[in-house]
This record gives sequence, C-alpha cells and structure tokens, in this order.
Amino acid sequence: MTTDYNEQFKDIPGTIVFDANQSRLGYHLNMFCMSLIKAENRKAFKDDELSYLKKYPMTNEQRQSVLDRDLNRMLALGGNIYFLAKIGACDGLSFQQMAASMTGLTLEEYKQMMLEGGRSIQGNRKITENTNDK
Amino acid sequence: MINKAKITAGLGTSHVPAIGAALDNGNSNDPYWKPVFEGYEFTKKWIAEQKPDVIILIYNDHATAFSLDIIPTFAIGCAEYFQPADEGWGPRQVPVVNGHPRLAWHIAQSTILDEFDMTIVNKMDVDHGLTVPLSLLFGQPELWPCKVIPLAVNVVQYPPPTGNRCYNLGKAIRKAVESFDEELNVIICGTGGMSHQLQGPRAGLINKEFDTKFLDLLSANPKALVDMPHVEYIREAGSEGIEMIMWLIMRGALKEEITELYRFYHVPASNTAVGHIIFKNE
Repeated sequence: MTTDYNEQFKDIPGTIVFDANQSRLGYHLNMFCMSLIKAENRKAFKDDELSYLKKYPMTNEQRQSVLDRDLNRMLALGGNIYFLAKIGACDGLSFQQMAASMTGLTLEEYKQMMLEGGRSIQGNRKITENTNDK
Repeated sequence: MINKAKITAGLGTSHVPAIGAALDNGNSNDPYWKPVFEGYEFTKKWIAEQKPDVIILIYNDHATAFSLDIIPTFAIGCAEYFQPADEGWGPRQVPVVNGHPRLAWHIAQSTILDEFDMTIVNKMDVDHGLTVPLSLLFGQPELWPCKVIPLAVNVVQYPPPTGNRCYNLGKAIRKAVESFDEELNVIICGTGGMSHQLQGPRAGLINKEFDTKFLDLLSANPKALVDMPHVEYIREAGSEGIEMIMWLIMRGALKEEITELYRFYHVPASNTAVGHIIFKNE
C-alpha cells in the first residue's frame, strides 16, 4: 500500500514528489536551506559558501549542486522546492527566475509562457502517454 | 439564551507570495498586477460590510515556522499574536496578526475530542500563506481589522492529509465554533492553489479546465471532490496544486447548501493561477 502510494507519482513528467524517501535523502540539505531564513546566516553563507555548507553533514554531491545552483539536481538529491527557494532568496532571485532555471527556458521565454496561460497540461500528464505520442 | 458564534461565510483564495511583494513594493497598479487586485475589489467592499470578528485562516507554512524537524499535519495557532516571518527576503512590512486564544483553544479542544489530532501552537511566525490573503481582503491597513486564527496544514511533506480528512475537519470546526459561548461573526478562509508547479522541468504548469471544475464542484457538490487522490492533484494541477485540499476544510465548515456570491480567476500571477470564491453560509 505504502509502496504503491509512492510509486504512482513516478509517472508524472518533470516532477519529483517530496515523499518519505526524498525527505530522508535531503534532510541535511533542506535544513541548510532553512538556516537561510536568518539574515546573519545568509551573510555567513555568502561570505564563504563552501565553509558554510560544510557545517551541514550532507554529501559532497549535494554541496556541489548548491554551489552550482542546479535546482533540478538539488531536487533529485532530496531537496524540497520551498526549502531550496531560500537559496534563491539569498541570491536575490524571484521565484519566477528560479522556476525558469529548472525548465530550460530563458526567463523571458518562461514569462511569456506564463502570460500565454502557462504550460499546457496536454502531453504533460504521464511519461508513458508522452512515449506513446512519439 | 446564550448567543453562539457562527460561521457566516467561507472564502477560498490563492496566496501567491509575488502578490504580497507587488502590493508591498507599490506595484499594484502595474498592467501586470492590476487585473489581480481588481479581482478582489468586490471582496474588499464585501468584507468591510461583513465586519467579521474572527477569521479562521487555513493555510500552509512554506518552510518557515516548521522545518523538517517537526511536521504537524494540522496545527492551530492559539497565541495572542503572530509575527510576520522572514522567509529569506526579510519580513513583509504588514501588521502583526492578532489571534483569538480563547476561541482557538476551544476549537483545539473540541476537534481533538472529535478525534482530530491537532497540534497546538503557542508561538509561531506566519508567512505569506497567511499574510497575502489578509492583504487581498483588507489592503494595507495600519492594523488588521479582525482577529485571525491560523490553521496550518502540511502540504509540503508527503503524505499530506487526504481531501476527505480535510473536509471532515471542516465539519468539526463548524461544530466547535457553533458551540462557543460568545456571539462572534466568524469567516473561514481556505487558501493556496490554484493550479501551479514551482519545481522541475514541468514548472509553470497551469490547468484552467481542472481549476474551473474544482470551483464548480466545490460550490455545488463538494462531496464529489473529497475522494480525489493526491496523485490526481499533482498530475492535473501541478505539484503545488495539492494546496487546494485546504479549500475542502473551508467548504466542510459550511452547510451543504450555500450561495456562491463571487468568483474570480486569473492567469498568471508569477507562476500561479489565481482563484478566488466566496460562499455565503445560509
């Protein structure tokens, strides 16, 4: 039952659901992000990113994904978007800039897509559905 | 005869952080934001006439008051007041939110005895999930004009509560409010949504058809929504569209027969479809 619950999310394209597995994987990464809600921690992080990241017992791969600001990689390594957003906030980015960076679109292209009604649900429901289309 | 508290209306609204930022930064008249704020003009006039004593505001915390250390499924704020939180951009310059501890504790006690395992919170900063709806309802006052009881729902860590659980919690909240020994005009507000996805290559997803159907059913036949599984929200309305389960708490707190007073829908606000609806609880 529990396994089925988590399995069913895997057929949704371009989406990682923050379930128990992801949460176990990403606990320290997310708690690092959480620390950035304090102004003094944002400053300490910006002053020396790697030293600050080493205070949290995450994997080197997770640290590197933060240094690279690779949000998709951070998501795959257990990050949750609401926690990861605090890195973007620290960098002075808007949520739209962060979202665009995950989609392969430029900010202008992403903004235009949103103005035109957003990403269509057509072809975006199921990975298997997309495979069949091809 | 003792006068009791009463839930006179329920409303649903998105709580997009960029809407708060647009208002705070004086951009509400920009061509991009103007249609969003115009969509709430009716509501601002309406709620000024309603003069609620208390708003029960159902929202989710976005990694602000709750990290991954403690993840309550349902948490009710019983404090005297709640400070606007620093979410990473610095706190919003909005008034402190005053609670209603006596009613909040009464709701906590009543719902726990009705077998809902509420977490009681006596100290909590509140993020955009709570303050953006207040801004949409009341604009930029010196003080918020009523008391607010925050009720935070986990929709960050899976699994969140089921839609059915949310709907039934709404019913238990109504029972609690109606047994409170003070005459109070209470409005309940479900927030979040509508369709949006903030993460991954599918970010930017919007599904107007789903949102419209959700609003139609919420109004006329909410029981048809309560069994919708989490996967369908994520698939159809985007990973953050799951927030819409919180609207079911609001709807559960109203009678089955309600009057839909107002509806507004607009795309986009940043990454999100803005939805808003008002129900009069006859």
